[in-house]
Amino acid sequence: MRFLLGYGSCGIASGANDVLSSLEEVLTGTGLCVEKVGCNGLCFAEPVVELITDDGESVIYGRLDRASAKALAEEALKGNLSDKNRLTEEELGFLKGQTRIVLSGCGKVNPESIASYMENGGYTALRKALEMGADGVISEIEKSGLRGRGGAGFPTHIKWKSARASRSEEKYIVCNADEGDPGAFMDRAVLEGDPHRVLEGMMIAGIAVGASVGIIYVRAEYPLAVKRLNLAIKEMRREGVLGENILGSDFSFDFRIMMGAGAFVCGEETALLASLGGNRGMPVTKPPFPAQKGFRGKPTNINNVETFANVPWIIENGGESFAGMGTQSSKGTKVFALAGKVKRGGLVEVPMGLTIKDIVFGICGGIKEDKCIKAVQMGGPSGGCIPENMLDTIIDYENIARTGAIMGSGGMIVMDEDTCMVDMAKFFMDFTSKESCGKCVPCRIGTTRMLEILKRICNGEGQIGDVEALVELGEGIKTGALCGLGNSAPNPVLTTVKYFRNEYDAHIVDKCCPAKKCTSLISFTIREDMCKGCSLCSKKCPVGAISGVVKSPFVIDSDKCIRCSQCLDSCKFGAIEKISGEGM
Amino acid sequence: MSDNLSQQVSSIIAKYENPEESLIAVLQDVQSVQGYISEFAVKIITELTGIPSSRIMGVASFYAGFRLKPVGKYRIMVCMGTACHVNGAERIGDVVKRVLGIEEGDITEDGLFSWEEVACLGCCSIAPAMMINETAYGKLTPDKVQSIIATIREEESR
Repeated sequence: MRFLLGYGSCGIASGANDVLSSLEEVLTGTGLCVEKVGCNGLCFAEPVVELITDDGESVIYGRLDRASAKALAEEALKGNLSDKNRLTEEELGFLKGQTRIVLSGCGKVNPESIASYMENGGYTALRKALEMGADGVISEIEKSGLRGRGGAGFPTHIKWKSARASRSEEKYIVCNADEGDPGAFMDRAVLEGDPHRVLEGMMIAGIAVGASVGIIYVRAEYPLAVKRLNLAIKEMRREGVLGENILGSDFSFDFRIMMGAGAFVCGEETALLASLGGNRGMPVTKPPFPAQKGFRGKPTNINNVETFANVPWIIENGGESFAGMGTQSSKGTKVFALAGKVKRGGLVEVPMGLTIKDIVFGICGGIKEDKCIKAVQMGGPSGGCIPENMLDTIIDYENIARTGAIMGSGGMIVMDEDTCMVDMAKFFMDFTSKESCGKCVPCRIGTTRMLEILKRICNGEGQIGDVEALVELGEGIKTGALCGLGNSAPNPVLTTVKYFRNEYDAHIVDKCCPAKKCTSLISFTIREDMCKGCSLCSKKCPVGAISGVVKSPFVIDSDKCIRCSQCLDSCKFGAIEKISGEGM
Repeated sequence: MSDNLSQQVSSIIAKYENPEESLIAVLQDVQSVQGYISEFAVKIITELTGIPSSRIMGVASFYAGFRLKPVGKYRIMVCMGTACHVNGAERIGDVVKRVLGIEEGDITEDGLFSWEEVACLGCCSIAPAMMINETAYGKLTPDKVQSIIATIREEESR
């Protein structure tokens, strides 16, 4: 019998350590142990334990704590598979609807053991790639149709060919693991849950372009990923899959890890290179491309974590099997990080070509509290909001781009009726204006001006003509900015204007926030007929804005009220109302 | 104290073959011993490596990961990622601010707490989330935030 505990950052934050100590207590002396594996993507049910019986039957338990973990282990030792905390058939549909390549090892292999990776077929692709040689590898990647998973979707084989064609003794492979897109966490999951897969992919890229050093530029905010990468590299060296003359070939390779310092713009290749050189992460115009002149002025090939994680599978199973999945233009699978107002959030890997609806409603079970879906945000600060009536959009690079959003790194934030689209646009603009490196005027000043207008609208000070100004500025920034950050920064605003113009008009003309989110445009009142005078709200109110006599209706002083919503959340009788617009 | 820091910075710099190219790593190491990057530390780096202090400050001020002010013993990082925003991160920030009685980026008088808004922590599934030093807390409510801070205060006052 095996106990596999999801031990990624989010699992730990949800209480995996409690579950671990509880299971270990029960298993002491039985000869069994708890295997710590990476996140299997079932984020909605963390902490998660997969129990595999001696007959190979797998049972997944979720939402565990000390007591329930103890109980299930005790029962399991007696030969009973308890039903308590067991994920339901419906919940397991989350996994069954997926096709996992990038995530195939997450939750299966022990990320702190190279032996575990090798037992699961690890490093056989590296061996095969060494036999195939550079041309063979590149032609297989070309057949697969793999495109960059970091956002832009550039064909991987073209990048590799171009770096291979550059003449130099010294070349570099760089893995962009600076996952800065808010709402995307697949790279973290892969690095924490299956680091060897990424490293193997980088080495195969090294064979293809003729590089002997791989640099992983990883977010400092992912300490667990950094730790596991370091450990993986150490173990690789010990096992002889890293260093000089790897596996008896003439191929030599080594890794370096560099921690990012928190700049979204470093996702842009040239900014990342500047940062690797110890400079401010500011992009430069291309050409020359990194494939010609990159790190230390030498040819450098940069890909994202997920792109590299696809490579070992492609080499092992052949480019054609990869190309057998997906659509005409977008092959293989894509990992999406589902979060927001969705019932079952987590990591979903599916073949390209499904619809957004298939993922949100089919795999993830729809909206929390069965509220109405309003939109799905794709592509983070560079992407856009896709409205409910377009959820049949087929997922591939081109179809998503046609909506005004982008595939991006695969973050999908689901929004319900309580989400204000103007506020969302403001949120993303706030993000990009802070993250703008400041080098080019359209991005530095343009995003600031757009943010000012959005803030005004949300504060109830919007003017007629504001939306037109936003669109004009947005189009100007898109064409005038130097790099991808600026070129895409207006997308969240432009898509919300396109699909949710009525919400902008409501804010500007009626001074009303239809989602009742923008604090300047809402107020709270207590319904006399429903208030029982229990005084709970007045105790909860942090600013003493609610007063009254027990057992008679209470009142809110609107001038004192800071619109924190705590009264509304605490009222057991539904007597507190949030209003916006007329009647305020 | 200052001699001690000089020594620490000097041994950090000695670790790197090319401190100029590794400036970010040098600053990260300095920050990990000092909690932030002080003007004094910048001066020492300049003296030891010849990198102009303007360039060091240029890099240190560019990246969100570098702090130019001291942080509390408990550094509270409130996640401002998209999933957290949709789930009410702003309210969480407001509660922290009110409970600690300090503005974002500041430190309490007793040096115990500082708080800041940070970019996505990648814990989107447990939004709204925050981190205190290395520990992540999720599915926060105003009550939960208050009790987390109160527990730390209580432990510290013992």
